Amino acid sequence: MTDRGVAVTGIGIISSIGETVEENLQALLAGKQGLSRIANFPTRLQEHIWVGEIKRTNEELSDSLGLSLPHAFTRTALLGAHAARQAVESAKLQEIHDLQTGFISSTSVGGMDYTERYGPTYLNSPEWHRYIPSHPAGDSSHKIAQHLGIKGLVTTVSTACSSAANAMMMGARLIRSGRLDRVIVGGTDALSKFTINGFHTLMILSDAPCQPFDKHRKGLNLGEGAAYLVLESEESVQRQGKHVLAYLAGYGNANDAFHQTASSENGEGAFLAMQKALMIAQLTPQDIDYVNVHGTATLNNDLSEGRAMQRLFKDDVPLFSSTKPFTGHTLAAAGAMEAVYSILALQQNVVPPNLHFNTPMEELDLIPETTLRHRSLSHVLSNSFGFGGNCSSLIFSKA
Amino acid sequence: MKKNVFINGIGAVTTQGVWRAAFFSEARVLDHAITSAEQPSYNGLISPGAIRRMSRGMKMGIYAAQQALAEASVTIPGAIVTGTGLGCSADSDKFLRSLWENEEQFLTPTSFIQSTHNTVAAQIALQWQCKGYNITHVNGAISFESALLDTLLLLQTGEEEHVLLGGVDEVAEQTYTFLQAAGDIKADGIQETVKNSVSPGVNYAEGAHFFSVGASKTASSYAEIIDITLQNELEVSETTSFLKDFLTTNDLRPGDLDAVILGYNGDEQDDLFYSAVQQTLPSATPLYYKHLSGQFDSCSAFGLAAAAFILKYQTVPPVLYWNEKNPAKTAWKNILLYNQYKGKDHSLVVVRAC
Repeated sequence: MTDRGVAVTGIGIISSIGETVEENLQALLAGKQGLSRIANFPTRLQEHIWVGEIKRTNEELSDSLGLSLPHAFTRTALLGAHAARQAVESAKLQEIHDLQTGFISSTSVGGMDYTERYGPTYLNSPEWHRYIPSHPAGDSSHKIAQHLGIKGLVTTVSTACSSAANAMMMGARLIRSGRLDRVIVGGTDALSKFTINGFHTLMILSDAPCQPFDKHRKGLNLGEGAAYLVLESEESVQRQGKHVLAYLAGYGNANDAFHQTASSENGEGAFLAMQKALMIAQLTPQDIDYVNVHGTATLNNDLSEGRAMQRLFKDDVPLFSSTKPFTGHTLAAAGAMEAVYSILALQQNVVPPNLHFNTPMEELDLIPETTLRHRSLSHVLSNSFGFGGNCSSLIFSKA
Repeated sequence: MKKNVFINGIGAVTTQGVWRAAFFSEARVLDHAITSAEQPSYNGLISPGAIRRMSRGMKMGIYAAQQALAEASVTIPGAIVTGTGLGCSADSDKFLRSLWENEEQFLTPTSFIQSTHNTVAAQIALQWQCKGYNITHVNGAISFESALLDTLLLLQTGEEEHVLLGGVDEVAEQTYTFLQAAGDIKADGIQETVKNSVSPGVNYAEGAHFFSVGASKTASSYAEIIDITLQNELEVSETTSFLKDFLTTNDLRPGDLDAVILGYNGDEQDDLFYSAVQQTLPSATPLYYKHLSGQFDSCSAFGLAAAAFILKYQTVPPVLYWNEKNPAKTAWKNILLYNQYKGKDHSLVVVRAC
């Protein structure tokens, strides 16, 4: 273990702006967002909301993974397997068993997409019973691990919208403790009627593309996707002469302890999470060159997160942007997708734009980057906050 | 230098009532397909409005957390680490049903808000104003053990001094009916115990178990948690090497184990794994607990509570013996716990008298 942190040797992602890392990068560079009307399943909200939907049916995803039929992969598992496989290929892991390789995933939707579809038939017909065991959150992790051929420590985190950040943090801590040499970490969530209706009842879905940190922001857009990182110990990297993409240098998890769904006025949890991440990374606030904010574009989040940033960075807030206008808020997967974007930012020395920003908020003296900016970046902070006051921050550093 | 980790307080709401001195001596063997936990009074601990609004999982979790913290005299834990297989399924069920019945109309947010897996850990953080590390692990039969592993990482490295560790799963009517349809839970009306089970499926239940875990031994300490290992899948034939590797890592020989607490649940296939491990450890007294706790994803926390009880009081409650005849033992030092479900989510834990 060096002071640099845990090495990231592979990344994989699927989102509404691309099915590979390269496609995601090109969309970020071109400012090409991935929001659309929902097409994969019927819903009353179809004409009312914008979503970051991946325009692939489950059958197409299943075919591209080469799965034999019939199987009981839910969309969450399909998206996860797609991204995790890329991460493994990107890390050039030939033989997955030659080291203690773990898999720590995260999800909030789990198999709800199939339960909401076939649940009403379960008591009348056995036709779709194979999806009953696919309901629990951990099932998608088992399926992905099996697809990758991983035997060992496989588990799942679910802390709402900060899930993937916590899965990545758990993986990094397992490596630091010496319990694992290598671990694949990240998250996956599919769009479902359950979540779009849930967020709709909370009245925090925007009927237009979201505008993080804008005075006139109207709420969030939901999305779907998955992303995974391969984390390895320094020893494992050196023994294999691996190419390191970036380092996961710091991580912090704190609870806002304010309200089940709302964030506190002063962003206490967010502040504590960022502070802890800096401490673990042994960095000062001035060392952070870019913040990939949680920035959901809800009235509550952006104000609370903005206040937390002003508390931490004082008058010297780094460049920041929310990439959620590109992908929508992908819930449990968001932290992992934004980790990939943070790593791409470090590699390319670019800050992706915060799309749709026009008017600064009155309460804050904060303006996100609205156009692609080229800047040498050494350390990027990525925030993920969720229901239940779960706040997590990660710091990625240039390799 | 790794720090030692101690169980300093226990709390539970289970089918056998709440955690108390007579918990095992008053225990009765479950013989129904689904048994709900005996509910304590939540008055005084939770506001009347919240008692109405909260699901049983949330209330049981808060009660068990309160018991564990009080016993260990911890005012605010440094971290809250929980495990749950199915999360807040009662609220998920409720939201899903209204989604179906009203075709996405007239929905209210409460059940959606309370449906996320991290609700119990979040409510405990709110109740105790605990702003520290807070996480929920959700992975079938190792949901609780993943939380236990996380707890060991936090305490062994010195990141935290006190961790509130817990496991919660609740009976949710629709979810459990689906599990019955899938054959996981025995059919309604069947009356069998773990020992005399012949029909397919297992007796299910619910419960919340919390442990106040710390890096220092105190007057209330039950036992020391030595180590844990997790494995996603194994064949019955691989259990021996899985076990031996774990013991070797911890400088233990099979003869060092005084007892082995096995997850026997009455399912023929599941029990093959337990008998394989039992046979590998002929000198360890075999014990079981799912005849008292019922099966649910975090039920193995009941097993850990049983181990802690035995090590603290240096006596085995007779109801826990798997065999009718057992060698006389007067000292209990090392206890191994082994659990899995349907060949997946295997865990081994060693706890030691302190």
